[in-house]
Amino acid sequence: MTRTLAGADVARRINTDLPGAVVRSSGGDVWVELASITNVAEFLRDTEGLEFSFLSSITAVDYVEYFELVYHLTSLTRNQSIVLKAHCYGRDDLSAPSVCGVWRGADFQEREVWDLFGIRFDGHPNLKRILLWEGFPGHPLRKDFLGQDP
Amino acid sequence: MTVKTEPVTINLGPQHPSTHGVFRLRVTFDGEVIVDVEPVLGYLHRGSEKLAEGRTYVQIVTLTDRMDYIASMSNNLAYVRAVEKIAGIEVPERAQYIRVISAELQRIASHLMATGFLLNDLGALATPLMYCFRERERILDLFEMLCGARITLSYMRPGGVFQDTPPEFWPALEEFIGNMPTYIDELERLISGNEIVLTRTRGVGLLNDVDAVDYSISGPMLRAAGVEWDLRKADPYEIYDRLDFDIPIGALGDTFDRYIVRIQEMRESIRIIRQCIDATPSGPIRAETPFFIRPPEGDAYAAVESPKGELGFYLVSDGGISPYRCHVRAPSFINITPLREMLLGWKMSDLIIIFGSIDIVLGEVDR
Repeated sequence: MTRTLAGADVARRINTDLPGAVVRSSGGDVWVELASITNVAEFLRDTEGLEFSFLSSITAVDYVEYFELVYHLTSLTRNQSIVLKAHCYGRDDLSAPSVCGVWRGADFQEREVWDLFGIRFDGHPNLKRILLWEGFPGHPLRKDFLGQDP
Repeated sequence: MTVKTEPVTINLGPQHPSTHGVFRLRVTFDGEVIVDVEPVLGYLHRGSEKLAEGRTYVQIVTLTDRMDYIASMSNNLAYVRAVEKIAGIEVPERAQYIRVISAELQRIASHLMATGFLLNDLGALATPLMYCFRERERILDLFEMLCGARITLSYMRPGGVFQDTPPEFWPALEEFIGNMPTYIDELERLISGNEIVLTRTRGVGLLNDVDAVDYSISGPMLRAAGVEWDLRKADPYEIYDRLDFDIPIGALGDTFDRYIVRIQEMRESIRIIRQCIDATPSGPIRAETPFFIRPPEGDAYAAVESPKGELGFYLVSDGGISPYRCHVRAPSFINITPLREMLLGWKMSDLIIIFGSIDIVLGEVDR
């Protein structure tokens, strides 16, 4: 069985190495500061006992007041998992640090989040729309996207 | 005298038989050698995730059919498991067995397609593909008995399956399971030792284990790279923990390994189904669920080992009758992330089979 690590334990470990990075934790989730997401990602990947070398998925949720970025991480060597979350405030010119340098599997998934939610990823090597074409008006998975009549 | 040469950019697709759907590769060649690749996708983007936000939890099952249309059962399973997780629904044991049987049948069907089309790409035009289609047809017949449909099945529901198996299903399944090993032997005699296949696939399109994990690769492609990771073993869902089966892994992570891992997985699937036939209990096939499922506020992620890899659904509920957000972790989409690195330096003819061996379905890539 894949063990879901307690968010509080992981939060404590992150806090000893990266003070101030964790916002809160509950269940198997850890909320971190958006600015420190790359450092936290690197820490989770490289620390012995955590070893989250496999990034299952990246996605975002539009909660209208803010966007929540959700990272599902799995450790194949330890068979354990954790969910990393970060809030991104505002509606226009949003940006978040890219984790492409930590897990190369983030490449297409970050492009998808940019395409459908309009969150830019700083440091992404090739941040272009992926499912829709360049010049498409708006970002469809936002709650205020109404679409258009054909 | 020096001859002036320059790189040539070719559009492979969107309509090209080797892309298995509508997918475009902008490939730059220096002579015959690939120097740059840019995948262009989205031709089949239907906005399934957005559509899901306006449908009830049960209605979304039909949307999942149309993602990986080669393996609808696995999509159904991944989705209903996410709903059951977020809404806390217990599934009757008989339904779990039926689900595992149908998911494994679907795995065989999907791997048959992958193998057939790989051979097609290799230039063995149509003959091996038709052998594979012949067996897949029998699986579709079984599905037709279960739910009346052959491709877009929508057989599973949150809480179980939508109807019990008809009496003629079990003898037909027994017969299929009895014959299938011989068919796989036949297929292997045709392909596995074939010298042309070996020369074309051995050592071609390498992806090692460290890179595969870093690129979030899952499924047969990850196992071909030598990583023993299968969600059915690592995080057993349904009744997989009661079953005895092995995880085949490859040694090199080349095109041939990806082919042979799929062949071996088909054999393991037959083992699984055989154990399930004897163990399926009688009883209810669906839990009592309200007409409109209203999960409590919160989120849940559930993943299954689909034929293509880790297929996960991330659902966010606001307490209403449709999900606030429904994200699909599509293995086909993520498995093509390293395509550029895998193709650089190979030739045009290798491109087709390396790409074919990844086994993607565009319905799932684009959603």
